[in-house]
Amino acid sequence: MRIIVPIKQVPETTNVRMDEQTGTMIREGVEAIVNPLDLYAIEAAIRLAEGAPAGECEVVAISMGPPKALVALREAIAMGADSAVLVTDKAFAGSDTWATSCVLAAAIRKLGRFDLVICGERATDGDTGQVGPGIAAWLDIPAVTYVNRVESLGEGRCRVSQLVEDGCQRLEMSLPGLLTVVKDVASPRLPTLRGKQRARRADVPHWGAADLDVAADNLGLAGSPTRVVKIFRPTVARNCRKLAPADERAVEQTAGELAGFLHGKGLL
Amino acid sequence: MKSERHSGVWILAEQSAGRLGRVSFELLTRGRALADKRGAELTAIVMGAALSDAELDELTARGADRVIAAEAPRLEHFLLEPHAACMCELIARRRPEIVIAAATTTGRTLMPYVAVKVGAGLTADCTELDIEPGTGNLLQTRPAIGGNILATILTPRHRPQMATVRPHSARPAPRRVPACRGQAGPDRTDKVERYRPAEALLAGRVRRVGFTPSGEQRSIQDADSVVAVGRGIKRAENIPLVAALAEAMGAALGATRDVVDRGWLSYPHQIGLSGKTIAPRLYVGVGVSGSIQHLAGMQTAETIVAINNDPDAQIFKVADFGIVADLFEVVPILIEKIGAAKAK
Repeated sequence: MRIIVPIKQVPETTNVRMDEQTGTMIREGVEAIVNPLDLYAIEAAIRLAEGAPAGECEVVAISMGPPKALVALREAIAMGADSAVLVTDKAFAGSDTWATSCVLAAAIRKLGRFDLVICGERATDGDTGQVGPGIAAWLDIPAVTYVNRVESLGEGRCRVSQLVEDGCQRLEMSLPGLLTVVKDVASPRLPTLRGKQRARRADVPHWGAADLDVAADNLGLAGSPTRVVKIFRPTVARNCRKLAPADERAVEQTAGELAGFLHGKGLL
Repeated sequence: MKSERHSGVWILAEQSAGRLGRVSFELLTRGRALADKRGAELTAIVMGAALSDAELDELTARGADRVIAAEAPRLEHFLLEPHAACMCELIARRRPEIVIAAATTTGRTLMPYVAVKVGAGLTADCTELDIEPGTGNLLQTRPAIGGNILATILTPRHRPQMATVRPHSARPAPRRVPACRGQAGPDRTDKVERYRPAEALLAGRVRRVGFTPSGEQRSIQDADSVVAVGRGIKRAENIPLVAALAEAMGAALGATRDVVDRGWLSYPHQIGLSGKTIAPRLYVGVGVSGSIQHLAGMQTAETIVAINNDPDAQIFKVADFGIVADLFEVVPILIEKIGAAKAK
């Protein structure tokens, strides 16, 4: 059994700058972390591997990104992934979700046999959640999104619970297939010292465009159907009516004022 | 798919147990505006097991020029493969120029899968859609990087141009003509087209084995009003106080990441970058400081109210009405005052 976990290195969200020309993020000089939502995917995969007989299930982390995304993959290994592959090439720069899922799917195909792909729900920088289902489409495998529990895995099938707007759907998917998981699925562990040592020593292969079976037309900015044409700051000019009641009577009056404000706007 | 011969605006209506969701009518508002600007026809696509005439007429009454209903037992509940196959086939045959769906669990799963299959560009979670003068291209604007920046995105060459829009980011389209609920009007047959997709399209490798409704708890994304609780609530035992406020206001209960990480409320309540993005008519933050992560998930709410004892809390920067005070003093009185205001 082999489980593949595509992960993304993302900037800390608070201090990101944009390249006004290309509309892409300037990643230089910004602290990078593993996409927090991907940690749940890594954890879910490791738990499934731990639940299988020893040596029968391996977890492979892959990431498409600049060379420094290697750090993210080493973190996945430190948590418990067995190996990792970095997919990196200048030709991939500026990829939108369509082009990114194309390359990741090609990398997964190159890995050979696999049973399950587990993705985080979305990345906290792009915030689209499109790459997971996109990978499934390129690989032509079934997919279940928003999985909050993996109930069982084996005999060519996987039973999961999916969080939807009005409840939880229980689904059975035949393998190979893809899952995107939400936070409820498992609480991510911290890397152990031994894990960190193993991660430092691990040999992580780098694959470029030439290593993958993917049409040159589909790569990077040129291969991406969508284009960012303008970026601008939202105007959040709200005039806050801020009241600071000093005593009990003032609290009562202020609460009354708020109730009146809401009632006046038809919000009650 | 790169081609010049695409026309028409499509919206993907959503149904549950044969009833159309409110989000379908919000999509009609978006779609109608775009179709009018583009001088194009607006088509509503709906997939389900069996849809009544009354439901389908509702779509035309609220602005759709045409309705295409794909009906089959396999389409009763959303399963990715059969829904995607039907959608792909319709797109290949009819060549729409624009396809819009809601950014729900359905839309956010189906659209990226279909976009890859048909070679279309897709933009997630748009807050604004418009037509570019001159080119006629779809201008798709969405928050990026935690909502600190807005990005406008184009799909210059690929067709269709696909986008998802956040639920509650547009008003539901009103009825334009009185809905002739179920009674065949003179032109329904022209406007509403039902068909049964070919068996081959309905195959899939995922089977639904059960469903547990979430019961009383309302989805924070569907609610008109949301009361969110932050770390200022201090302990799990205090949560019922805020729940009571939510109930008094007829609001759903949301939470910050802090509260969910501590296990005081479950993940479906979480608002923010790592939780849900909401755009209700009213948001009330109680003991919420307003981290960037949280603000990104709620700052497009129409009206924002904050109650926090820290006058410098970030949440006040995006609020319309703020009370700087101890929430434990304010909330019980506020519940009373709301009861009184509603009784008026």
